[in-house]
Amino acid sequence: MSTSSTPLGNVTARLARSEKLEGKPEGWNRPPVIEVEGDSELLELAMGPHHPSTHGVFRMDVVLDGERVIKLKPVFGYLHRNHEQLGQSQSYLASMPYTDRLDYFCSLSNNWAYALAVEKLVGQVVPERAEYLRVILAELTRIQNHASTIGFLLQEMGASGTPLMYAFRERELILDLFESLTGSRMMCNYMRFGGCRVDASEAWLDGARKVVAALPKFIDEFENFLMSNEILMARCQGIGVLKPELAVNAGISGPMLRASGVNYDIRKVDHYGIYDRFKFRVPLGDHGDIFDRYMIRMLEMRESVSILEQALKEVPGGPVMDPKAKIRNFRPKPGEAYGRIESPKGELGFYLISDGSPNPYRYRVRPPSLINLTVLEDMCLGSNVADVVLIFGSVDIVLGEVDR
Amino acid sequence: MLGEGILKGLAETARNFAGSFVSKERMTTVEYPEVRLPLPEAARNFPFLVYDGNDWEKGLRCVACQICEKECPPKCIYIEKSKDKKPDYVGKPQIYPAKFDIDISVCMSCQICVEVCPFEAIKMNTEFELSTDDRFGGLLLDRKELAKSNEYYHTIHPTEAREVDARLAQEKAKVEAKAKTAAEAAAAKAAAVATGASAAAATANPAAAPVASPSTTKAAEIAVAPAAATAPAAPKPVAGTGTDGPAPMTESEKKAASEPAKPGEGEPKA
Repeated sequence: MSTSSTPLGNVTARLARSEKLEGKPEGWNRPPVIEVEGDSELLELAMGPHHPSTHGVFRMDVVLDGERVIKLKPVFGYLHRNHEQLGQSQSYLASMPYTDRLDYFCSLSNNWAYALAVEKLVGQVVPERAEYLRVILAELTRIQNHASTIGFLLQEMGASGTPLMYAFRERELILDLFESLTGSRMMCNYMRFGGCRVDASEAWLDGARKVVAALPKFIDEFENFLMSNEILMARCQGIGVLKPELAVNAGISGPMLRASGVNYDIRKVDHYGIYDRFKFRVPLGDHGDIFDRYMIRMLEMRESVSILEQALKEVPGGPVMDPKAKIRNFRPKPGEAYGRIESPKGELGFYLISDGSPNPYRYRVRPPSLINLTVLEDMCLGSNVADVVLIFGSVDIVLGEVDR
Repeated sequence: MLGEGILKGLAETARNFAGSFVSKERMTTVEYPEVRLPLPEAARNFPFLVYDGNDWEKGLRCVACQICEKECPPKCIYIEKSKDKKPDYVGKPQIYPAKFDIDISVCMSCQICVEVCPFEAIKMNTEFELSTDDRFGGLLLDRKELAKSNEYYHTIHPTEAREVDARLAQEKAKVEAKAKTAAEAAAAKAAAVATGASAAAATANPAAAPVASPSTTKAAEIAVAPAAATAPAAPKPVAGTGTDGPAPMTESEKKAASEPAKPGEGEPKA
């Protein structure tokens, strides 16, 4: 074993530290640190922040022994915009459009999580129709997010353009629905405390039914397209394995956790909204590798379609906004609340403390993207540089949410 | 067989490639500057100020209440109140914005200003081709650039605009009805008061008209209270046998007397 000192830290020192932790419970410890063979010279490589595979501005400082990764340090904060402080310095309502910009692929899920937290804080009731609309919009968001995540993953795998364009073609249909309902394709700013901003017309619901009816065909096509592709299997299977123990201990959530075989879906655990009324299954993976994460997303899209079909069948009439809900001069009583939902990327939570003033005393976001990134090193150690890109892509992050 | 999956995938690509020549639905793109997809009615981009009638400055619905300025999340609105007042859509004298600037380089199109506005004065525009070579001045829109007519609002958001118009008309009718009953009561009182002074009232009317012209409703509101207050003292001028003819009318009585003759004055055109 050689000792190599790099600006990222002393590799030997790291080895020694990991040995010292051996008495700790399983999964707490980092996976075995890669041993450097012979006297090979280590190469330090900064992947990002301009690297096209980083989905934004994100840097991975990797130390390489030849082609193998022996150390990886994620560096983020390039897109930090003081989201939580902004939330604390202005009214509850004014934070709603900012939540769109957290995970800009899934603005409606973010809206829902924040609205849920505030509704818990003030004990607000949401009308039936609004609950249905929320479920419909959140599941449409999940489908378009998973479709584009898979598209990007395949793009990074070298399938340039085609799968991503197919995914974006379907995504555009869903975004058209969002635009005609909320006025904006991505920055929807649709949900309010106690309901939704505008009502969906019958024509819109028919449009949604049409889009949902066409979705299984798209998923079939996508599966035919690449599911049995030998190159994809060779690149994905057995790479970037995340052990269930580590996943649980690191607080991983969402498709990443389920790909490792842990049955934990907040829609099933919390039954927030009206999810207890719908029949759907939670797909689970066996190996926790890239392929499982890819497959989980494909299967979740199918389950989302089934939820959508059920929800669109039985949308009730009535108001979409609680008539007692207040838009202006909104002052919750002192207290605290944590609202969480199963966003397409994992557990998205908003923690609020109110001191009775119009601004929250504390506004905290629990971002799935950031927390899912923390195990990046554990998944990447020992793999090749080209695989790092894939492993990173399979985590499914959005830098707007990582940095906030 | 190794490679079977790849061939299967390629067949899918071929189907898509050929399909785009056959079926029109598979063509998902348009050639943008020449061909434009219609925007949905709910589309929103940046806010604009609605005005009624033909004169943008006179017809602005905004009363500079500054609620939008306060509620705007990125604080991109700047308003200065006017010193004087002008009549609003129901004819009530209101402050108007002497300055109303929106920095659309800061605006994030969240529509909260529209939601909180109690006067239906600010709405979302759908125009998106706003690029300019002036990064600061070109994106800072003043109230003249922001002002768009109600007709324009009807063309971009027809359903919403119809609802807004109906709501405003209803509100106006309510105010007018209230004003009318108040004015009638006041007029009756005034008539009772000035039975012996009809000639004087007739001569006083033309002089009183310009004073009363700014609004019918405001005058009526003012008229109600003084008319009631003067009621107990009503016999006074009648009983009095002044040397200089009939007793002079009070300001409010003059206004009230001129009221029924000019029902629609001082109102902006719908």
